[in-house]
Amino acid sequence: MATHYIVHDKADSVGVVVVEDMQPGTDVTGWIMETDETTTILALDAVPLGHKIALRDVKTEETILKYGHDVGRAIADIPAGRHVHTHNLKTKRW
Amino acid sequence: MSDYEFRGYRRSNGRVGIRNHVIILPLDDLSNAAAEAVAHNIKGTMALPHAYGRLQFGEDLELFFRTLIGTGSNPNVAACVVIGIEPGWTNRVVDGIAATGKPVAGFAIEGHGDLNTIAAASRRAKEFVQWATELARETCPINDLWVSVKCGESDTTSGLASCPTVGNLIDKLDPLGATTCFGETTELTGAELVCAERAATKDVSRKFMETFQAYQDIVNRHKTNDLSESQPTKGNIAGGLTTIEEKAFGNLQKIGRTTKFIDVLKPAEAPAKGPGLYFMDTSSAAAECITLQAAAGFVVHLFPTGQGNIIGNPIEPVIKLTANPKTARTMSEHIDLDVSGLLRRQMTLHVAGGFLIEVMLRTCNGRLTAAEALGHREFVFTKLYPSA
Repeated sequence: MATHYIVHDKADSVGVVVVEDMQPGTDVTGWIMETDETTTILALDAVPLGHKIALRDVKTEETILKYGHDVGRAIADIPAGRHVHTHNLKTKRW
Repeated sequence: MSDYEFRGYRRSNGRVGIRNHVIILPLDDLSNAAAEAVAHNIKGTMALPHAYGRLQFGEDLELFFRTLIGTGSNPNVAACVVIGIEPGWTNRVVDGIAATGKPVAGFAIEGHGDLNTIAAASRRAKEFVQWATELARETCPINDLWVSVKCGESDTTSGLASCPTVGNLIDKLDPLGATTCFGETTELTGAELVCAERAATKDVSRKFMETFQAYQDIVNRHKTNDLSESQPTKGNIAGGLTTIEEKAFGNLQKIGRTTKFIDVLKPAEAPAKGPGLYFMDTSSAAAECITLQAAAGFVVHLFPTGQGNIIGNPIEPVIKLTANPKTARTMSEHIDLDVSGLLRRQMTLHVAGGFLIEVMLRTCNGRLTAAEALGHREFVFTKLYPSA
């Protein structure tokens, strides 16, 4: 089975899309590296290769976890399956 | 003992190089033209033009000399001709390089002009290159190898696969006595506490945090409302990286999972605590960072890229790996190792790390990297503040 996205850590709020043709409205398959588990989610956006997909509903100002660590804060509500990038995620530094 | 060995050039100070360059090193910007003329006259030599060397002072001047002397002292350099506008600083560089025991000669332009200087320097460069081309490689154990790492034009595939491949190599070679180095002080922002925990002792951890904070202070002093699309870069963002914290955790994958770093180095400072992993305080700009690492004596560089940074260095071969299948396809002439199979779960990190060791040893034995074949010789000094 193809892997559409990869998740570093089980606690992460986002996964990284590793295919060039993610189709919105389809179930996509993910691999959690830390635990070697397979997971699926309904993709709501055509998330490009290398970009992030939300793995659960995230509220504004909530911390986004990747590598099991804080990588910034949501600046909008992000439903699971949506594209996560500069429009809805901001650094807490600089 | 491990099975890993390579064929290198053992220099008179005991260090081992993997290249046998005769370089023509300008002291200052004014001497670039003469240095390039000598390199044109004498085949098999290479000029290293650069932009600085005039009216620098204080710590910035010390860093300048450390970088220039370190470059000439690197074991990938067999012999060196130094050309400067005046004899004082020219001889300071010559004396610094001569401490390694390698052949080095200095020429000053004032009172002679370019043409007489070029003639005299060319004659000496010809002797050096004929001597150097008779030197032979010998078999060397892996603990004679100094390896530096730095990533560039990173994207999320860097943190997923190409940086962890480098980290796997570090974890495999550290117990075998290799000397290794990572840097990029600002690109640890957000992951600095996790990085500090990887220091071998509390003192090293404290030294790292002081170094990290000093660089943060520079950023905070000069930044406007953001880092002006510099950190993360436009390329990083196009590749899916969103914040500096996310970029930092990807970057940190390059030091593996188990290896501890044993000291914190100033820019271009040579390691002095024996084999092990070192952190060097550097800019995160590729050419600056690798120039500093080469000046500290590292002889081969591992460079993971996501979106396709094309960097090289004149004296330290830069090996590029990518896990981005699009970059591997569209920029294949720049890529020495494609580890995109990690994303398709077609190979394990253990296997990818083994492939990288193999490519690195072949490079050490003489195979040109993609950047060498394409003529990438980015030689860029780090400047701490304006000149006087």
